[in-house]
Amino acid sequence: MSRKDRIAAIEAAAKERILVLDGAMGTQIQNLKPSEEDYRGERFADWSSPVKGNNDLLNLTKPDAIREIHEHYFEAGADIVETNTFSATTIAQADYKMESIASEIAREGARIAREAADNVTKATGIQRCVAGAIGPTNKTLSLSPDVNDPGYREVDFDQVYACYYEQAEAMQPFVDFMLVETIFDTLNAKAAIKALLDLADKTGEDVPILLSGTITDASGRTLSGQTTEAFWNSVRHAKPWAVGLNCALGADQLRRYVAEMSRVAGTRVLAYPNAGLPNAFGEYDETPAETAEHIAEWAESGLLNVVGGCCGTTPGHIAAIAKAVKGKAPREFSPRPPAMRLSGLEPFALSA
Amino acid sequence: MSEQSQAIFVNVGERTNVTGSAVFRRLITDGNYNEALSVARQQVENGAQIIDVNMDEGLLDSKAAMRTFLRLIAAEPDIARVPIMIDSSKWEVIEEGLKNVQGKAVVNSISLKEGEEPFLEQARLVKSYGAAVVVMAFDETGQAETADRKFDICKRAYDLLVDTVGIDPNDIIFDPNIFAVATGIAEHDDYGVAFIEATRRIRKELKGAHVSGGVSNLSFSFRGNEVVRQAMHSVFLYHAIKAGMDMGIVNAGQLDIYDDIEPELREACEDVILNRRSDAGERLLELAERYRGEEGKQAKKKNTEWREWAVAKRLEHSLVHGIDDYIEEDTEEARQNFDKPLEVIEGPLMDGMNVVGDLFGDGKMFLPQVVKSARVMKKAVAYLLPYLEEEKRRTGMEGKSNGKIVMATVKGDVHDIGKNIVGVVLQCNGYDVIDLGVMVPAETILDTAKKEGADIIGLSGLITPSLDEMVTVAAEMQRQGYDIPLLIGGATTSPAHTAVKIEPAYKNNAAIHVNDASRAVGVVSKLLSGTARDGYVADIREEYQKIRERRANAQAAKNRVPLEGARKNAMKIDWAGYEPPQPKTPGVTKIDDVTVKDLIPYIDWTPFFAAWEIKGRFPQILDDPNRGEAARSLFEDAKRMLDTMVQEGWLQPRGVVGLWPANSDGDDITVWTDETRTKKRATFYGLRQQAAKDNDRPHLSQSDFVSPDGADWIGGFAVTAGENPDKIKEFKADNDDYSGILFAALSDRIAEAFAEYLHERVRRQHWGYSPDESFKSEELIAEAYRGIRPAPGYPSQPDHTEKLTLFDLLDAPDNAGVTLTESLAMMPASSVSGLYIGHPESAYFAVGRIAEDQAKDYAKRKGWTLAEAEKALAPILGYEPSENDEKSAA
Repeated sequence: MSRKDRIAAIEAAAKERILVLDGAMGTQIQNLKPSEEDYRGERFADWSSPVKGNNDLLNLTKPDAIREIHEHYFEAGADIVETNTFSATTIAQADYKMESIASEIAREGARIAREAADNVTKATGIQRCVAGAIGPTNKTLSLSPDVNDPGYREVDFDQVYACYYEQAEAMQPFVDFMLVETIFDTLNAKAAIKALLDLADKTGEDVPILLSGTITDASGRTLSGQTTEAFWNSVRHAKPWAVGLNCALGADQLRRYVAEMSRVAGTRVLAYPNAGLPNAFGEYDETPAETAEHIAEWAESGLLNVVGGCCGTTPGHIAAIAKAVKGKAPREFSPRPPAMRLSGLEPFALSA
Repeated sequence: MSEQSQAIFVNVGERTNVTGSAVFRRLITDGNYNEALSVARQQVENGAQIIDVNMDEGLLDSKAAMRTFLRLIAAEPDIARVPIMIDSSKWEVIEEGLKNVQGKAVVNSISLKEGEEPFLEQARLVKSYGAAVVVMAFDETGQAETADRKFDICKRAYDLLVDTVGIDPNDIIFDPNIFAVATGIAEHDDYGVAFIEATRRIRKELKGAHVSGGVSNLSFSFRGNEVVRQAMHSVFLYHAIKAGMDMGIVNAGQLDIYDDIEPELREACEDVILNRRSDAGERLLELAERYRGEEGKQAKKKNTEWREWAVAKRLEHSLVHGIDDYIEEDTEEARQNFDKPLEVIEGPLMDGMNVVGDLFGDGKMFLPQVVKSARVMKKAVAYLLPYLEEEKRRTGMEGKSNGKIVMATVKGDVHDIGKNIVGVVLQCNGYDVIDLGVMVPAETILDTAKKEGADIIGLSGLITPSLDEMVTVAAEMQRQGYDIPLLIGGATTSPAHTAVKIEPAYKNNAAIHVNDASRAVGVVSKLLSGTARDGYVADIREEYQKIRERRANAQAAKNRVPLEGARKNAMKIDWAGYEPPQPKTPGVTKIDDVTVKDLIPYIDWTPFFAAWEIKGRFPQILDDPNRGEAARSLFEDAKRMLDTMVQEGWLQPRGVVGLWPANSDGDDITVWTDETRTKKRATFYGLRQQAAKDNDRPHLSQSDFVSPDGADWIGGFAVTAGENPDKIKEFKADNDDYSGILFAALSDRIAEAFAEYLHERVRRQHWGYSPDESFKSEELIAEAYRGIRPAPGYPSQPDHTEKLTLFDLLDAPDNAGVTLTESLAMMPASSVSGLYIGHPESAYFAVGRIAEDQAKDYAKRKGWTLAEAEKALAPILGYEPSENDEKSAA
């Protein structure tokens, strides 16, 4: 089956029901308690810097474990899983001095998820898909890390663009979607979008784009200061297959922003909240039943087309979410009234 | 923003344009970006909904200037809230602009001037960067001047953009060229009309597209006459907007309201703009003379009301809004109001920052705004620094540092505003602050602290993974033997996390959570104070201990099994196959034939050294490379005192043993009056373990080791080393604390030795179930023998009130001279008491935390209210008892 066929199948499904995305990868990996040695495997046994915590590296050193996690999520009811490639960029891998293998990590992450999806599709007859996860990197294009020098930037647009292009190119053969996620700085996302659009131009391969921003706190803004609608206006040119929000907040706190996205976005809306807010120890306490209760209400309110879980969620959460949205109609969407929609930190519209 | 609030005409601010504003050009060429930002801010305050940024100046690196200015704007939330129009005639400058705005911007502009090829290429880039675009009515043959040519070029561009490139028509803005009128050249007279006409057609025929223009060109002939220029602009806009112009580059602060223009002037302007009469230009020129030099009369309607407020309020306003225009003059004014410059920081400035903190906490400010506030704060502090130095000189504190603090945001985290504020505040208070910035690995922090001889380390973090990293740093400090206080701060940190995770990892010195910047100075000054430190640290430690206990309680409550289930899982001893040994001397026996000399072999020395804070096993401790010498010397002194004690008979140990027929009754043990086992004499109540177990071990109560129906027995004892108040007085009189403490420590050991000795004697003689037992003293200490002697108030039965029953049965005050105080402590202090249980499988255990069901059940059995039970069992409650004193055990 080609990507086109798979997309057609999932698009047909999306008309009928709310699609389910997977849950946290990091939480599942933590459960395995991999040691420094596990991360290194044989190949990186003598690597010069510590690599523990480089979850994406496990694509090379523990591929079976990663594939199993994907399969667990599919078994729990996910239609789409995200590749284990959140930090598979040269910029993010620099923390581990692994820039040179960032692309290989991305490629293997995509391949493993593809295998898992194909296995489960074959076994169940239900089309399962793979979204190539593209994280924000750990550098920001809109904020200075130095309070005394607000004009300073650690990286520039071209560097971020290049790292994303490389990552996307590596994943492209295997994925059904490209998912730019946990967007806390929209300018980083714009670099990613440009990379994806340019890659599509160059290869002629049309890989649908998913976008997911992150509202960081009670101010209702991204870290770089944009409101939900301003964010949407900034990324609309990607013509995403779906757009939404993930991370930072639990379902309870995220709802109003998902509702806002649902109001403004003329495309499918996705959301994958954390399992509540972390407690004082950084642990997530919300149970699958609690999360699912919120999601059920979102579905009933017609906010959703695609839903999953972020930090702290498990296959248990995804199973509960899948159950909660089962039989509930997906959100219907139509284009908004035509206008020139711009943004700074806040949205701007000039009617046609 | 709702659909209703959409604009119908958009003001684009034009003052941040080096080609249009001499002031702005000078600021940029001088590199005065700070002031340049004020220009941008003023425009937004005056209502510009988009701001145009243009850096096209020959002597300037326009690309770099564009980049710098846009990045600076990104840090100014009250400017950055509006979209940016990136204005340049050079594509490379525009592209640099597109790489530095996160919002959706407008490109100004592209055109067909160089033909279709570059036009399409630029349009594709506009699309992939995600921007709207202004298209000039300009083609290969030049700028369009007539209405028809303006429209034709726009139509051609529109088709290319929409059909070939795929740009959303709504993202296209045409600029059909506004040219100067009333120039005295007849061909120019129709320029106003041509623009308005073209606008009408574009809006009608090119669906979705917008029309914009640079209005100030229109009045170029009237430079220097602001009144006339503004009137012309207002009149022109009035008509152009009616025709469909929906965007304009205008000075938003300097536009007249159409109806407010003097009718004569307005009519003259209209004649010119609409080209209504051939002498229109001359007539306006004549009229214009009347208005020359009148500008400036109009009061500037700037929002300056807050400038009238009291200085503290003004400072707060500047901090909250991130305005640094007045911060120095206001800080100066505040400085004059206070005795010391430091009071300005600790007073109005910190108050203002607290308002910022509150607003941020409420979600009413967001991060970039707070960053700006921090910067304004820093500016105010920088202004005060010379005065602070002066103050130091005056008070002779110059060059003296109150202490050195190394601060960092931990690895993996980039947030540092709070940390920076803390740094500033500390510096202002005379501390040397070494700020390592963000994403700092543990090694760097520790190495720097060591190299610099830091007095304190401060860690900051805002995201949850930072919590673990802080624990890592704390553990490293412990491992590497650091002995300086560790401060923890940042949004996700909490007293709970510090108490439960960080403090236990770092025991060498204090680990303290600092809630906010305003508390930092207080904490640091106490930690570095010779007098206040110990008390403060002890208070914090106690507080954190309580937090840990509360958390342990809460955790414990989660995994308690119900009492019913715990009872079902009691230890099952095969009583049928057990013959309880009958005591040789039942009843109560006084023990008054023991001397200190008899007890010396039974002394367990390890706790003796621990009492002196020399931790380690005896006798190995005597050979310890570090502590061996101190231990040996102490041991010598102890042995010497013991000898004297024996020779001079300082202490007379006394004890009592009782052995009574008994049977278990559920969790309790019934003591019978005699062997007929018919009449209850007393009850030893028991508590049962309730912790959920992931193995098949039983849930123990001490009653499990006593037969429910056989001819079983239980014992009890109380012993004391005795006391010697005269000796203590003597040491005191000699100011000999050392001997005083040594005596007390030895007395304790002798009491414990007595308990050990007596237990052995009971096993061999009085109860006599192990008549041939002969263990070495180490084996005794290791409890290798059969039977236990659990003490009330200890883990197997944590309820101290059980001593009352024991002492009553033993008649301990008379038989051994041991009494109980009101709080159930034994007198003399060096005394030990407990039960004897003889079953071979009996063993010490800890009841651990219990649930409310057991507390209630226990209260009922003991005839207490629940509140009484909860008081007695407070240390082992696995739940938070309610405050209600009225509640009963029912």
